[in-house]
Amino acid sequence: MSCGPRRDGACLAQIKEVEEITHVSNEKAGTITTAEPTIEKETQSEEELDLPWQVVVHNDPVNLMSYVTMVFQRVFGYPRERAERHMLEVHHNGRSILWSGMRERAELYVQQLHGYLLLATLEKAG
Amino acid sequence: MDICRRKSVIEISELDPFLAELLRQIPASANPDGAPAAEQRIFSPPIKGKATEFCAEWKMYVEPELRRLFQSATETVATDLEQLNGNEKSLANRTLRIPAKHSDAWLSALNQARIVIAAKNKFTENELNDHCHSPIGSRRDLSLFQVNFYGFLQEFILRELRS
Repeated sequence: MSCGPRRDGACLAQIKEVEEITHVSNEKAGTITTAEPTIEKETQSEEELDLPWQVVVHNDPVNLMSYVTMVFQRVFGYPRERAERHMLEVHHNGRSILWSGMRERAELYVQQLHGYLLLATLEKAG
Repeated sequence: MDICRRKSVIEISELDPFLAELLRQIPASANPDGAPAAEQRIFSPPIKGKATEFCAEWKMYVEPELRRLFQSATETVATDLEQLNGNEKSLANRTLRIPAKHSDAWLSALNQARIVIAAKNKFTENELNDHCHSPIGSRRDLSLFQVNFYGFLQEFILRELRS
């Protein structure tokens, strides 16, 4: 996708290492000792790191049901039955989660769905 | 009007001047310019809620690609529709031949036109699902008929793609 990779704080594990090196002078001995460095790690929770992105398709009264089914088959490669199941979910529940996973791929799917004029959005799971 | 598939061509024959005119209006009807509701629907946001930076990037990088894609489909359809050029008299019982390889462009242009017309007229779901609508008595009725007629063509093309 043209947007290129996105730097998202939520997607990336931020590991910050702070090393504190303490120089302690020992006047009596006339030597300088170096204390053990303190390593401080700041990470996001495992749950946040694993959080996938979802491709959601929303109901739209104009698009034909057969057209929406065809688009799902083409974009996601789903077999007809699965594509129809998602189409009916959109029709009855107003939305359906078509795919979840890495953000960049989800963005690409949303772009493709917009190319077919479907109402699709990107959402963070959870 | 008769519609059928002949080898690599979708043929719409015995077109009366009224339906021929509706077909000729596809490219113009697909244009959302000057109708903010239609423009907003065609270029819908990729994310719900506040994500201004992401939406701004989308507008800058993705939207132009989508515009090109939609325009290319409309241009293909406009070229096919040149077969219907002429005055009202010459449009009687005309035949339109659509190359099967243009099916995707037709599906896209018909969809664009249906979405733009529906957005401009603010058609409700009930109106759009009412296929037994009373005869055309107003500009709005005509627009609804247009949406349904284009939908019928889409259904036929989809059926042909499946078979």
